[in-house]
Amino acid sequence: MQVELTVNGQQRSDEVEPRLLLVHYLREVCGLRAANVGCDTTSCGACTVLLNGTSVKSCTVLAVQASGQQVTTAEGLAADDGLHPVQAAFRQEHGLQCGFCTPGMVMAAVGLLSENPDPTEAEVREGLEGNFCRCTGYHNIVRAVLAAAKAARDEQAEVGA
Amino acid sequence: MIPAPFDYVAAESTTHALDLLGSLGEDAKLLAGGHSLLPMMKLRLAAPSVLVDIGRLTELTGIRAEGDEIVIGAATPHAMLATSELVRADAPLLAHSAGRVGDPQIRHRGTIGGSLAHADPAADLPMALVALGGSVDVLGRDGTRRVAAGDFFTGFFETSLEPDELIAAVRVPRRPGAGWGYQKFVRRANDWAIVGVAAIDGRIALANMGPTPLRARAAEQALAGGASVADAAELAAEGTEPGEDVHADRDYRRHLARVLVRRALEQRT
Amino acid sequence: MSILGTRVLRTEDPRFLTSGGVYTEDVVDERLAGACHVFFARSPVAHARIQAIDVSAARSAPGVIAVFTGADLSDLPLIKPGPMFNRQMTRPILATDKVRFVGDPVAIVVTEQPYQGEDAVELVDVDYEPLPAVIDFEDAVSDQVLLYEEAGTNVTASFGDASALDEHLFDECEVVTTRTILNQRVAPAPMETRAAAAAWGEDGRVTAWIPNQGAQGTRGGLARLLGLGPEQVHIITPDVGGAFGAKFGADPEHALVAWVARRLGRPARWTETRYENLVAMTHGRAQQQTVTIGGKRDGTVLAYRLEIIQDAGAHVRIGAMLPFLTMLMTPGPYKIPRAESVARSVVTTTTPIGAYRGAGRPEASAALERAIDLFAAEIGADPADVRRRNLLPPFTEPHRTKFGALYDTGDYAAALDKVLAAAGYDELRQEQAERRARGDTLALGIGLASYVEITGMGDGEESPPQENATVEVHPDGTATILTGTSPHGQGHATAWAMLASEELGIPVDKITLKWGDTDLIPEGGGTGGSRSLQHGGSAVRQAAQELIEVARERAAGELEANPADLRFDVERSAFEVAGDPDASVPLASLASGERLLVRTVFTAPGATFPFGSHVAVVEVDTETGKVVLRRMVTVDDAGFVLNPLLAEGQRHGGIAQGAAQAFVEEVVYDGDGNPLTASFADYPFLSATEVPSFELADMQTLTSYNPLGVKGIGEAGSIGATPAVQNAVIDALAHLGVRHIDLPASPQRVWQAIQAARENA
Repeated sequence: MQVELTVNGQQRSDEVEPRLLLVHYLREVCGLRAANVGCDTTSCGACTVLLNGTSVKSCTVLAVQASGQQVTTAEGLAADDGLHPVQAAFRQEHGLQCGFCTPGMVMAAVGLLSENPDPTEAEVREGLEGNFCRCTGYHNIVRAVLAAAKAARDEQAEVGA
Repeated sequence: MIPAPFDYVAAESTTHALDLLGSLGEDAKLLAGGHSLLPMMKLRLAAPSVLVDIGRLTELTGIRAEGDEIVIGAATPHAMLATSELVRADAPLLAHSAGRVGDPQIRHRGTIGGSLAHADPAADLPMALVALGGSVDVLGRDGTRRVAAGDFFTGFFETSLEPDELIAAVRVPRRPGAGWGYQKFVRRANDWAIVGVAAIDGRIALANMGPTPLRARAAEQALAGGASVADAAELAAEGTEPGEDVHADRDYRRHLARVLVRRALEQRT
Repeated sequence: MSILGTRVLRTEDPRFLTSGGVYTEDVVDERLAGACHVFFARSPVAHARIQAIDVSAARSAPGVIAVFTGADLSDLPLIKPGPMFNRQMTRPILATDKVRFVGDPVAIVVTEQPYQGEDAVELVDVDYEPLPAVIDFEDAVSDQVLLYEEAGTNVTASFGDASALDEHLFDECEVVTTRTILNQRVAPAPMETRAAAAAWGEDGRVTAWIPNQGAQGTRGGLARLLGLGPEQVHIITPDVGGAFGAKFGADPEHALVAWVARRLGRPARWTETRYENLVAMTHGRAQQQTVTIGGKRDGTVLAYRLEIIQDAGAHVRIGAMLPFLTMLMTPGPYKIPRAESVARSVVTTTTPIGAYRGAGRPEASAALERAIDLFAAEIGADPADVRRRNLLPPFTEPHRTKFGALYDTGDYAAALDKVLAAAGYDELRQEQAERRARGDTLALGIGLASYVEITGMGDGEESPPQENATVEVHPDGTATILTGTSPHGQGHATAWAMLASEELGIPVDKITLKWGDTDLIPEGGGTGGSRSLQHGGSAVRQAAQELIEVARERAAGELEANPADLRFDVERSAFEVAGDPDASVPLASLASGERLLVRTVFTAPGATFPFGSHVAVVEVDTETGKVVLRRMVTVDDAGFVLNPLLAEGQRHGGIAQGAAQAFVEEVVYDGDGNPLTASFADYPFLSATEVPSFELADMQTLTSYNPLGVKGIGEAGSIGATPAVQNAVIDALAHLGVRHIDLPASPQRVWQAIQAARENA
């Protein structure tokens, strides 16, 4: 089947089988391997990307379902060679160790903050219940998301002032 | 893991979808958000040969008030339901239930129609619909028939949907101000309920206490007869057939039902 | 200004955050062009004889290149356990006659495309004659049903002498209590599953990309499985998505991928699914422990006995020897006058047990800390007081225990006092008392654990612990380090760069670390047992210091001065004649002619012993049994902290895994040996909502065993957290008469304990 997706701002047209999962489309067809497959049961979130700006688990979306839509992956978050503020916060707070869950975790955090720009710690933890990490114990990931939220609010405040 | 091979058709309208279901028979399944069906297919517990995608049909998405009911398109994602101002005002139990399904990513894709058609007795929305006394608009080639929630779930992962029918919409009564309570007992955040309870006014529905969502009728009757919440809740497990799994045996489930029904009833303020 | 001890952000991070790590499945390399894809058909039954395997349907499925069974692998050697085990427990690399656990591989399917493999594997048709499963400890030990008939028993090893246990051990005790408890089986479940990619060169060598914890050990393991010499194997280590002890050496699947590549004459790749990972990657823990503890009513512990049955799983792997380490740490941080321990490892029809964060030492602490609390409950004493009374007094000279461990430095009471103060222990006890007086159904529990553990072990007295490092300075002012360690999230690229930067005056972001390529670094001990900083880091520092001395000689020539008159100015990264700053030469320029590099080996006098104390605060809903972890307050003292950011991260991760074992995670089998927790939907993998933010207190008791004064931090958190949380749950319910709840304190288990206590009352 022919699918037309916009991936990180670039329009693509590809021939795929109907059962091709979006995560495999991104990894194998587009060569964007930041999103990872970590489980079989839509549990772990390592495959999280943004579909039309909302966070989804790309292992449970067919590429054909995403045809005609926009996908953003971790590779497409930052402008130029810099880091998106959420990525920068993850670095600042040591919110990653082995890095396998990180792209999905970052995309989930971006999604969370777009819906709730001023979350409490509890809301961050609940907002990330679909993203598993084995290395960090979540402590610094939560700090990173809260820091990113604060940085965004401070910047808004400056802009508004 | 990945699904067995299948063909895919994007339905252009509900009529088109029904025609396809009619001609393809039991080998075809509807795809909306895919967050009940695709996980089953990835584990090879389901292997339909054709998927008919109704996820893009705008006629199946959306929430509106219609008289004393709220009408929700079957392909409405849980996240939309959970944040809808109308639903939060007039049927807050439903909004809350939708907000408890899985995790945020799942809620962005999973739909109410998909969840109800999947009919997992441990799931949130089937239980909520039974508690609310809602109904399902089932669309077939002969038109729409309305099925009350209590009649819709017929068995373990079974509904009264025929293979050539689809859920068009879900209806719940508008009851602003009605006292409601919700209890979802889990071991870990995005698990299915080990036992779940949804209560609104004098209606109590249970998740994972049998092959379908169940009404706790003995407790309801006791309440209606003037029993205290505590006494009524003692009857919560009557008429239930809880299963056993790694999380809970039957005794423990019955006990949880009693405690959680009491708590859900106490929440109704 | 020293960089050591400062919070340096990781140099690794930018690429992980943007393009993502390059894990084995992501590797793009011309040597792997045209690779085929390998899949394994695995046994769905726990114990059975294989009557027949029909691969005809699989062979003719779309995209299938080949299907192999054990019969095709007769050129590969049998896998034999090491000398300390029952040597009759041999097995072929792929099951031929018998399968011994659900997940045991029985056939290999090779396809052109990955999706085709999942389809074809389902078509492999095996005719099994089921045999009874052997799941529980008593069944295994009874030898009624044998996994390895030739072995004549299911016991694969014994440690200590059960017949030499002292029946008078507890004679002088006023109070004795005993209990058989479970340290349950858990799944390491790193986020990256196992994988491999292999390609053979014209030179007859195989290059294999495998996620591992030590490329040199993986090379040896792969070579042994394939019957090759290690020189025929080249291991490359891509980014590794977590390991936690389960990615040491080589598994049969890794070797079979290499074998397929040779057999088919083309590169081969494999990535396991999460299901396979949860049934066929080694599991952790799985000890049944009988603890007996006795002492005086004033709280003095006089005697302690630990009897262990280790579930080894179906194959004899690292897990079968871990009781040796558990027994080594029997007395923990306490001065118990009389203590003894004994163990047996038995095979069962379950996933084999391997190392998992702590590997034998968490089991020792969990048993001992449970015993201390049982004793405290028996005499009605505060568990903090009992610990304080019995902890070894502080020592700076090494202290040898009767179990053969030589503790280097320790101040256990200080750690306990520090954590109690940080937690506000007295206030917590007060709040607990108030809740009990009110009859709150939400019970507050406070749990303690004091621990000491062994890190940086060598291979015994004959081969003391050591690690190599090579440091090279380049003419352009950058530097490269080669290390024998094998980071998989620990941040060595940053930490080793800090150590080199401190000596060389080269900025951290101009220093590159290389590891994990056996052609580049033929020797190394890898990363595990919390050894890396104390050995690998010490080696880097030593190499950098030695490099400065080599450079000094060259500088003396350049400056026509006496080397003794030269001073190395770290700030400028240059040598200068003392008292004459204008007469100077930059370090990097000394590399312009001959290369400027030093390889060194750092040898440690022995293992080091980090220690600590944890306080866990839980709320238990006494109506449902649900446990909420409210606070984790810890002291984890591993000596000098090189980079607090990284050290805290290791503590957080360890604490989370330790807490997970205490009240969330468990591997469950049914009576027929079917795994019931073989997906992330069923295995209760810890999510962010089950744990709070952790409160870490700082304490640094240096060791004298290396110039940095560092011990190992990686596993400490998990060792303290499990018993602290378990003890907290039981403490919460002590007023109801609950004395013990087995791990994990799941809601049902907690509720059943409350019911049982109520019935007994």
